[in-house]
Amino acid sequence: MNTVRRWEGLIFVLLVGVCVWASLGVDGFANGSNVSFLLLDTTEIALMALTMTLVIVAAEIDLSVASTLGLSCAVLGWLWNAGLPIEMIMPICLLVGALCGAVNGLLVTRLGLPSLAVTIGTFALFRGLAYVILGDQAVADLPPAYTGLATASIGPVPVATVLVAALAVVAAVVLHATGVGRAVFALGSNEEAAYFAGVRVKRIKFWLFVASGVMASLASLVYTFRYASARADNGMGLELAVVAAVLLGGVSIFGGRGTLPGVLMAVLLLGVVRNALILADVANEVLNFVTGLLLVASVLAPNLGAVWRRRTTPSVEGKSAS
Amino acid sequence: MTTRSPWRPVALLAGLVLLTAACGGGTTRSDVAAQQSSAPATAASASANPNAPLKQGLKIAFLPKQVNNPYFTIADEGGITAAKEFGGEGKEVGPSDASASSQVSYINTLIQQQQDAIVIAANDPNAVVPALKQAMAAGIKVVSFDSDTAPDGRHVFVNQAGAEDLGRTQVQLLAEQIGHKGKIAVLSATPNATNQNTWIEFMKDELSKPEYKDMELVKVAYGNDDDQKSFTETQGLLRSYPDLAGIISPTTVGIAAAARYLSESPSKGKVKLTGLGTPNQLRKFVKDGTIEAFELWNPADLGYLASYAAAALASGQITGAEGEKFKAGKLGEYTVGANGEVLLGKPTVFDKDNIDDFDF
Repeated sequence: MNTVRRWEGLIFVLLVGVCVWASLGVDGFANGSNVSFLLLDTTEIALMALTMTLVIVAAEIDLSVASTLGLSCAVLGWLWNAGLPIEMIMPICLLVGALCGAVNGLLVTRLGLPSLAVTIGTFALFRGLAYVILGDQAVADLPPAYTGLATASIGPVPVATVLVAALAVVAAVVLHATGVGRAVFALGSNEEAAYFAGVRVKRIKFWLFVASGVMASLASLVYTFRYASARADNGMGLELAVVAAVLLGGVSIFGGRGTLPGVLMAVLLLGVVRNALILADVANEVLNFVTGLLLVASVLAPNLGAVWRRRTTPSVEGKSAS
Repeated sequence: MTTRSPWRPVALLAGLVLLTAACGGGTTRSDVAAQQSSAPATAASASANPNAPLKQGLKIAFLPKQVNNPYFTIADEGGITAAKEFGGEGKEVGPSDASASSQVSYINTLIQQQQDAIVIAANDPNAVVPALKQAMAAGIKVVSFDSDTAPDGRHVFVNQAGAEDLGRTQVQLLAEQIGHKGKIAVLSATPNATNQNTWIEFMKDELSKPEYKDMELVKVAYGNDDDQKSFTETQGLLRSYPDLAGIISPTTVGIAAAARYLSESPSKGKVKLTGLGTPNQLRKFVKDGTIEAFELWNPADLGYLASYAAAALASGQITGAEGEKFKAGKLGEYTVGANGEVLLGKPTVFDKDNIDDFDF
């Protein structure tokens, strides 16, 4: 728990540092409309990172989130073309997300398959399905009332960010202040022990995947309205940005450790770095390089201690093998 | 274990959906269409002063579909050269992936940087429109080039050779090479690429004429403007259709990858390849006989023209209304056509006789 806190402190200092540097050194960074763009640009990643945090703390992973987003966009476009009212399509999309999550959850909990393999499979499956449903069309004639809302701001704070904030509070309370949250931490650090302690491991995992799917489809609604474009390839590659933010936020890839505030700060940090570097006319390659560096550092740093101990103490596996 | 209770929220949600359906309320597609047709058409508000001088020190940003794409590098360099000519300042920024939405965050930063004009090749004609509207509201002039946005997202669209010319001439080029006979395939960019899809429509139309009755378009393959993918798609085409007579690849990435594959395969010279490419990229394949002839407009000129159009807009010479005229340096005078479209001109055909005259 201690290392997690220290890591969060570091992210916080980095975030403040980058913000100060960008405000002083980058033209056009520190003003209302830029802050608004920046927040808006992180909406979908932030939404999916909320549930991804819970999933990764439970020592699982969901790599199919961006594909679920794409599938939900495709369903939205398809039903809209078919003439259904948007108010009816939106809950259907959430249902699609829940179903996608349920498929992942069932495969992981009932068949006992590793979530990495399962969600790599459904990553391709859901995206493929999206193309089957909508093909190469782009549905763009969406109602202005909704597309307007998705880009609207209250002062410098986009409406979509208010949604993220509200859901973040819910997720943080669930993870850090309820029995379910404690159970998630417990099964993340030691599944067997958690099971014998009475945690309903399978049920919790199943619902975590469902929640992840629902959140992905919620992100798809924001995405579609924000860009006024429902396409099967919406959000391609976003799953990596989500996992990156969660890991950078101090959540252990091995499960059992991490906090939501850390993840939210990491989402912001990645967004700020990206925004500031683009504003400073830094080439895209450098941008990817910096993001990559932050990521490697985030996976490496919390584990350095463990790696060091393994190197200096004689390995247990070595002994048993001989 | 009870399996009933966990499904309750799902059932609840499904019930909600049915309830909304039963109420029959809500916004549907036809509502939006009705709203939009009843909305008054926006007229060009500002008036043009054709004699206004080009302003000095204009900041013009070029936003290609993706950076490090040789075609856009050339086009943007052409634009930056033009900017230097009229005393402005040009730069190229953009995403490294050609996805629909990645351009939006770049547009937002260009608004922050208070550029005078944005020259954009749109990855998605609609996804960039809200951001471009904000740019226009902030007083930034928007020129789309190469790939248009929806008309309300820009002031002027600088088009290459007309889509119809390009689609038809590519079929004509290939038909000559294969003697108007045999199976042909198209190796395109992404399935939703605006340009390629329009050209392919005209190709199909051209093919429906009687002189092409012995030619059959068997497949449109998509290489996603990715070298590796285009390479394997070419391989796949030859495997699926061993009697293929020719391939048209209306994308610079696709034709280069297809040429690379053909030049090393036994089909070299037998399966004809044509399409749109740049001379520097295809020189060696024209010389070794893989490609007889291909065509393209001059991308440097396209960027150059777009740059002058942006400057003319920012200086108040034109507003984007039909019939307005502006001068584009060495290219001469251009007239804005219907829908704010400016046409560069007919494509150039490159073969082994003239390819060494071009360096781009």
